[in-house]
Amino acid sequence: MSKFAMELTGVKKSYGDKIVVDGLSFTVAPGECFGLLGPNGAGKSTIARMVLGMISPDAGKITVLGEPVPSRARWARMRVGVVPQFDNLDLEFTARENLLVFGRYFGKSARELEAVIPSLLEFARLESKANARVAELSGGMKRRLTLARALINDPQLLVLDEPTTGLDPHARHLIWERLRILLARGKTIILTTHFMEEAERLCDRLCVLEHGRNIAEGSPHALIDKHIGCHVIEIFGGNPRELSSLIRPYVQHIEMSGETLYCYAPDPEQVRVQLRERAGLRLLQRPPNLEDVFLRLTGREMEK
Amino acid sequence: MDEGFAAALPANAWNWLAVWRRNYLAWKKVAFASILGNLADPMIYFFGLGSGLGIMVGRVEGTSYSAFLAAGMIAASAMTASTFETIYAAFARMRDRRIWEAILYTQLTLGDIILGELAWAATRAFLAGTAITIIAAMLGYAAWPSVLYTLPVIALTGLTFASLAMVVTALAPSYDYFVFYQTLVITPMLFLSGAVFPINQLPGAFQQVTRFLPLAHSIDLIRPAMLGRPVVDVGVHIGALCIYAVVAFFLSSALLRRRLLR
Repeated sequence: MSKFAMELTGVKKSYGDKIVVDGLSFTVAPGECFGLLGPNGAGKSTIARMVLGMISPDAGKITVLGEPVPSRARWARMRVGVVPQFDNLDLEFTARENLLVFGRYFGKSARELEAVIPSLLEFARLESKANARVAELSGGMKRRLTLARALINDPQLLVLDEPTTGLDPHARHLIWERLRILLARGKTIILTTHFMEEAERLCDRLCVLEHGRNIAEGSPHALIDKHIGCHVIEIFGGNPRELSSLIRPYVQHIEMSGETLYCYAPDPEQVRVQLRERAGLRLLQRPPNLEDVFLRLTGREMEK
Repeated sequence: MDEGFAAALPANAWNWLAVWRRNYLAWKKVAFASILGNLADPMIYFFGLGSGLGIMVGRVEGTSYSAFLAAGMIAASAMTASTFETIYAAFARMRDRRIWEAILYTQLTLGDIILGELAWAATRAFLAGTAITIIAAMLGYAAWPSVLYTLPVIALTGLTFASLAMVVTALAPSYDYFVFYQTLVITPMLFLSGAVFPINQLPGAFQQVTRFLPLAHSIDLIRPAMLGRPVVDVGVHIGALCIYAVVAFFLSSALLRRRLLR
């Protein structure tokens, strides 16, 4: 048995000329929540599909729960639960039937399943919706049902592909809370997201992906300290180019995004002094977050 | 590559049953409408052609036209039931409704899914074909007990046409393409296979083509059973249906693997 829940070594995948995953390596320890953070098109979903053995890498090695993938992916999947990016619940069925049918795909008997389905529905806060058709459920309920479905085989590892994309804040917080409970129960989670807050709240460690490459890896705090390490001042309402040349000597790094200036300022007071005379400017001083790291690494400007 | 192909084959002899049961559970909710739908079309042909043409045609191959037509309608209903289940319903489960995708997260392989879908389509065909057989029997067009031999043939016919339709499902970019399969393959097959009129009425060249049509083999098995006559070349007919089913199964598996697992 490998000491890692998941291990990728030099994994490559391309479609035609387009390199989607480019020599990616990382490991996930048992019980850890590991995040794959990247913009759309960074290769996150491709990685998730490779980990499940649904597609084969062109090069490199993947091990999931001690099983080589894709050759023994089926055995790995017996102990893996999946929440996909797009809901693929069975709309013809009720919530309970969805769990029953899915459990049978794992070779479980109706009796075994009837014993666990109530507690899974309770976990997903869907007790009252057991006999409601999926089509009648809200977006957040569907996601929770998908999460319950992913738990039907009592997996050791959960693969979550953008689990809260498209949900309102309430629904999202409820999912996050459920995921923390699962982590406390010792499940290993691998999570893809482009949602910085999600990664910061949930992940023990994460890697930042760009064009299928691992461009930074570590705990959220370590990454913030390493790549930013000081306060951030956001300035809006003036001419960013002019302001930028004015305050550049007083900050560690400065970036422009649309009409906003992001200043990484070890000494924020100095920046404030420089801007004191200017009316109509709005300044927001805040501690650095993962979004700053992400944008610092991948570039603030969208067109690149 | 070889290693990857394992994912497109059934993992074991029973995994497909979970997929079959999923489809059965969904079907149970709409069973009545579904059976009625499956019955309506062949029954309209049966009574329409049988009573209408039957008066003009008189006797065919030594029996009444309706008795002749019954076997054709049984085979045709099995063919269309499993074809439509596979090109429309299974295609929807594969593409639009992402049901196959969800199944692939479990320990099932793509091959298990394909086999489950084929078995399900064959079941639908069996139900449709058997219903027509029962009605034909009630009208006095079935010889007892040889009519019982039609039942396994109906199931095999369903499986063969499901397998063939799975190749079309694997290749079709959208629903629009299925109409080509229907109008260029399925409908001509109905007329070239001796379902509606005897094959020897066809021009010589067409009679040669007929030997390769799976529906013709199915009818050659069902008609004698319905009329209580001896069947000739049982092995050839069953063998032909099996070859179509098996070859199309592997072909569709390879095509679906290319489509879905990359």
